[in-house]
Amino acid sequence: MPWTRDQMAERAAQELQDGFYVNLGIGIPTLVSNYIPKGMTVQLQSENGMLGTGPFPYEGDEDPDLINAGKQTVTELPTTSYFNSADSFAMIRGGHINIAILGAMQVAENGDIANWMIPGKLVKGMGGAMDLVGGVKKVVVVMEHSAKGESKLLHRCNLPLTGANVIDMVITDLGVFTIDRAGDGGLTLVELAPDVTLDDIKKNTQASYKVANTLKKH
Amino acid sequence: MNKVYADATSALAGLLKDGMTIMAGGFGLCGIPEVLISAIRDSGVKNLTVVSNNCGTDGKGLGLLLDTRQIKKMISSYVGENKTFMNQYLAGELEIEFNPQGTLAERIRAGGAGIPAFFTKTGLGTLIAEGKPVQEFDGERYVMERGLVADLSIVHAWLGDTEGNLVYRKTARNFNPPMATAGKVTVVEVEKLVEPGQIDPDHIMTPGIFVQRIISVPNAVKHIEQRTVRKRA
Repeated sequence: MPWTRDQMAERAAQELQDGFYVNLGIGIPTLVSNYIPKGMTVQLQSENGMLGTGPFPYEGDEDPDLINAGKQTVTELPTTSYFNSADSFAMIRGGHINIAILGAMQVAENGDIANWMIPGKLVKGMGGAMDLVGGVKKVVVVMEHSAKGESKLLHRCNLPLTGANVIDMVITDLGVFTIDRAGDGGLTLVELAPDVTLDDIKKNTQASYKVANTLKKH
Repeated sequence: MNKVYADATSALAGLLKDGMTIMAGGFGLCGIPEVLISAIRDSGVKNLTVVSNNCGTDGKGLGLLLDTRQIKKMISSYVGENKTFMNQYLAGELEIEFNPQGTLAERIRAGGAGIPAFFTKTGLGTLIAEGKPVQEFDGERYVMERGLVADLSIVHAWLGDTEGNLVYRKTARNFNPPMATAGKVTVVEVEKLVEPGQIDPDHIMTPGIFVQRIISVPNAVKHIEQRTVRKRA
């Protein structure tokens, strides 16, 4: 069985480490906050100006002055701090955030990512995505392996890029890949979701990839 | 020197002209200077270039200036929440310049600090970098971006004194402090206006030097864009 959205989020949460400062994108990445391993403390950054983002408020406790980057009402924690947008992106662009977990439309074997525009369709803007992929130490993409029968893991992205050579890891419903973006190691399949075969990966992946010697099967 | 004005209309008197550039603080509908935006709408000033992370929602925030077609161009990072915006954009009536959110914030910070340009990795190898100088520093390539200033900045703060010293509340801070520094004139609306000495100087986030005019808006309406809650156990 391929992983569900929640199982993909749970797998992504295993990339977190105690003490990490973390930025989670909208969609499946938001679910990662439900799977932070027990005993581990991480601080979630919202790029609109908050570190230590807490859960949604109880009904009646919503505060219009307290939202996350998805414009949802949230709460503060004892560790929370607030700051302005320039300071927020100094954290992101200055390499102070340990990990960003984002969604994507396409990822290429060289670490390129496209997730902000489809030419000819309505363009809403990139928000903070270009800054996150350009500045955060480790960038993990969580996405469906294919959309409408087409692989999203490609030799080269054919949509306009959000960032070039910036992605370190891709978690899909079928498995986990690493990308050696600093060297020339390319894309490597390192884990298979339960009951997914190497043949399933081959059929659904346009990108060139190696299979790790230490391939982990769930 | 009195910086305090009776209302938004008098605070904006003499500052508005067609074709000008205005920076407006806020993220979504959080921390927006909506009383000042309403007064700009009522003034009828047009062909505005507006620098703001978003463009409000239908009929709220900067959406008020879309309904009256007073905006010619937006410089923003994300405009997805506004049908009027999309209709005017698709009809060719409205220009949009997308900036990555961090590049937008840094352009404003730089503009306010007298820095005409800077280099960043953000956008390297993307459409955003097209036509911009790229330079290598310490073996890495960076894109040049320009500092940004405006004819007028409009800002929303929680607390302010009559000197223009400001304190913001929670995530309503967002783009307001950098924009306060980058306006040739900065007009601020504050929810609570107090006398000098009533704010601990250690707690002031925007020093009054950046603020020329200030109004009190004790009854400003605040909007929630995405009301998300959890059930009580």
